[in-house]
Amino acid sequence: MQELINRAKELLENGTVARVLGWKAGDLPYNPEPAYFESAESLKDFVYNGFCGANLSKYMIEASKLEGKTLVCLKPCDTYSFNQLIKEHRVDREKAYIIGVGCKGKLDIEKIRNQGVKGIESIQGAEITDAADELKIQTIYGEKTIAYADAMLERCHVCKGKEHKIFDEEIGESKETKDGERFDEVSRIEKMSPAEKFAFFQKELSKCIRCNACRNVCPACSCRKCVFDSNKFDSSQKANVDSFEEKMFHIIRAFHVAGRCTDCGECSRVCPQGIPLHLFNRKFIKDIDGLYGEYQAGADTTSKAPLTNYTFEDAEPSIVGKRG
Amino acid sequence: MQRIGVFVCHCGSNIAATVDVAKVAEMALMEPGVVHAEDYQYMCSEAGQAKIADAIHEKNLSGIVVCSCSPRMHEATFRKAAERAGLNPYMVEIANIREHCSWIHKDMEEATKKAVILMRAAVAKVNLNTPLKPGESRVTKRALIIGGGIAGIQTALDIADAGYEVDIVEKTPSIGGRMSQLDKTFPTLDCSACILTPKMVEASAHEKINIYTYSEVEKVSGFVGDFTVDIRKKARSVDMDKCTGCGVCQEKCPSKKAPSEFNRGLNTRSAIYTPFAQAIPNVPVIDREACIKFKTGKCGICSKVCQAGAIDYEQKDEIITEKYGAIVVATGFDTINLDKYDEYAYSQSKDVITSLELERVMNAAGPTHGHLERLSDGKAPKEMVFIQCVGSRCSDDRGKPYCSKICCMYTAKHAMLIRDKYPDVNVTVFYIDVRTPGKNFDEFYRRAVEQYGVNYIKGQVGKVIPQPNGKLLVQGSDLLDNKQILKEADMVVLATAIEPNPDVRKIATMLTASIDTNNFLTEAHAKLRPVESPTAGIFLSGVCQGPKDIPETVAQAGAAAVKAIGLLAKDKLMTNPCTAHSDELLCNGCSTCENVCPYGAITYEDKEVNDHGIREVRRLAVVNSALCQGCGACTVACPSGAMDLQGFSNRQIIAEVDAICR
Repeated sequence: MQELINRAKELLENGTVARVLGWKAGDLPYNPEPAYFESAESLKDFVYNGFCGANLSKYMIEASKLEGKTLVCLKPCDTYSFNQLIKEHRVDREKAYIIGVGCKGKLDIEKIRNQGVKGIESIQGAEITDAADELKIQTIYGEKTIAYADAMLERCHVCKGKEHKIFDEEIGESKETKDGERFDEVSRIEKMSPAEKFAFFQKELSKCIRCNACRNVCPACSCRKCVFDSNKFDSSQKANVDSFEEKMFHIIRAFHVAGRCTDCGECSRVCPQGIPLHLFNRKFIKDIDGLYGEYQAGADTTSKAPLTNYTFEDAEPSIVGKRG
Repeated sequence: MQRIGVFVCHCGSNIAATVDVAKVAEMALMEPGVVHAEDYQYMCSEAGQAKIADAIHEKNLSGIVVCSCSPRMHEATFRKAAERAGLNPYMVEIANIREHCSWIHKDMEEATKKAVILMRAAVAKVNLNTPLKPGESRVTKRALIIGGGIAGIQTALDIADAGYEVDIVEKTPSIGGRMSQLDKTFPTLDCSACILTPKMVEASAHEKINIYTYSEVEKVSGFVGDFTVDIRKKARSVDMDKCTGCGVCQEKCPSKKAPSEFNRGLNTRSAIYTPFAQAIPNVPVIDREACIKFKTGKCGICSKVCQAGAIDYEQKDEIITEKYGAIVVATGFDTINLDKYDEYAYSQSKDVITSLELERVMNAAGPTHGHLERLSDGKAPKEMVFIQCVGSRCSDDRGKPYCSKICCMYTAKHAMLIRDKYPDVNVTVFYIDVRTPGKNFDEFYRRAVEQYGVNYIKGQVGKVIPQPNGKLLVQGSDLLDNKQILKEADMVVLATAIEPNPDVRKIATMLTASIDTNNFLTEAHAKLRPVESPTAGIFLSGVCQGPKDIPETVAQAGAAAVKAIGLLAKDKLMTNPCTAHSDELLCNGCSTCENVCPYGAITYEDKEVNDHGIREVRRLAVVNSALCQGCGACTVACPSGAMDLQGFSNRQIIAEVDAICR
């Protein structure tokens, strides 16, 4: 991490960038938050560890409007989002100096807590320079040790790979974390009967408190004004007054990001209610892959997205009826 | 608030027998904005339209809803009536309570309930309607004909004779199409080439007709009156200006093993070839896949023998971009692939042939120089069996559900010609039905039976079994005598189903012209607009629209030409005012709409906006309303809802849905 800070200082001082977009330590050992650093000395608060799951690419929409370049730290999976935003003309590549930072899997505090770890005082083993094999956690009840992989976010178990799809330079080592199949959970739900599926989503979505965290963090949800906030549409201002509306919000959101979602998993990471929101998007991705051939949103900045492109080889609409 | 009038039509008993029209009118008065409602026997009649006009004047209506038939029938009628009464025509909405309601329901109570709901949805929409004004677009006075068979040639001649420029694009090296492959034509038995070639010559010599052979349509953009088309002129490898058509190159070409497309693969042709003697243009092409020069780099004999120096191995495909006001599709047909009909032994025996192959066998320029002989051993046949409906009228997915329409007649023709020329040959025809509705058609068929002694057996053939002695054992049934038949034949001819040319799917997609489940192009109206596609400016000629014989094809070709001429004769067209518009404050500039727009109507510009005090330059979508056709693809693709369609706004559609769900 010191290498990253040193390089950021250098770029700030030589005027290449006007600011650094990274993470600073939060009030607890496991909640660092996105932050701008505009001077070399402010970088003393800079952190980059296993808890820095936040995808900074969406912040670049606003940063693109600022004077000068912004140094942005992007993990491999974040670069997909950044590419997608370039494709949608929402960020300015020229305004970004991208340091592709290494990644050994990002951690989920809920997974740690669910293993019975309470009263956390400090956590060792989560630094980017650590081996990412195990975490030593000091709690008020004594020290606990858990395997790093057991504390990882779901998305890291189905990691798209540790290659940065766009960068100006790369700093830090990565470690392969993939040990699961991305669509297994979707396949499992697909096999359910319609009644079981409905019950499953009803149960999950009924937890929603409409805090909008999923929407606000989502790099694909980058509309200047969300249809749910605009008085131009009757969908606006619909709170969770009934079970229909709570489903409507998430289903419409999934449709709006279909074909553009890179599966960065931020929606599920930030959901305070632990709703596996990424499953909606992943179902769309699986269907798109099946109908139009494999497509990864954000893998590049030029390819045409299957849902907004037409080729003679495209599946006929009737196929949807046949698939049921 | 709008002042809305609702007019409920009885359509005689078409609607009134199933829907309580008075109840619909009564319920309408309870809808917001409705100040007038009445029902009448025929709303589309003069008297009915007068009622609408009177109500507009007396009640000072700002919008009307007509509960009647499909808007495809009478929307224009009622819009015009409203306009004459001083109302903007786009303040008229139709609630379709006939096709969508009375015709498909039996129970009056249920149907009335539904009619009320449909009325309610239309009222909800009119409440949000705003007056719209159409613009104007120009008409390019030039027509494109896709396909150079008899349909395309006839349409081209008729349009050109009316004084408009016409381009024919033909995929193969010559115009002429299927008709040029036929030997004789029913019911007059005149020689196909003798009546076709004068038309080909006329088309080629016509000063208003320009023919692109060995060319394909690559891209179509624009809309009625103003299409832009890219035509790929494939490399002929022969300079059309220099070639004299002497034919020496074809004689000397050492590669003579390519199957002749014109003779349905029954014999071979040289690598440099004109498909047939009367080809137009009489300029050969080099089949680069068969040519030794292209395959190995060695040879070049054609170039050496060509006195005119016309051979050009370096020639490349050329893209020609041209503008057209009207496009006529005349892509014709092919016979179906018989892989799924192995019981007829088509793939096992050379003596089992399709009817189109028999045309070539009977033709003096064909593989047997017009002698009827078995293709396996060249022997003269004594027993011939014709099998009808091979792949036609088929109830499973092996064949086609439709009747190919031409087979009964051409089989009678073949049978008659064979019996006439070779009286010692017995001809048996297995049929399901004999269908001969056409002028002089049934007389023709009866002549085959009565005068020429052709043996017609009602029944299908189950199997054709090639025998070791070279004969074909035909196993069939005679349904009239209720007995099984085993017959030894020397040749079997299959009346193979016809299907639209496989390229038509691609062409229809480029033209956004709809096709049916059998790949035939759909008409705008099956009865009343049979030669127009539902896509404005696209016309249909020949078998691409449905199976038909030559007289029908020529008649339809003329009809398509008249429709095209009617369009080309106009200087300007009214454009649809229902076009898309982008809300500057909501637009993200993400290009999604641009990607999905089939008409290239959306571009982007950097523009300064004032968004509630924030002044900034944003990338914004701009719709060219002259190009926009109002399809609405952008409005559903736009994630922020910035794109909206005039006359069909998101709000209006949601209001309709809400009214239905109320």
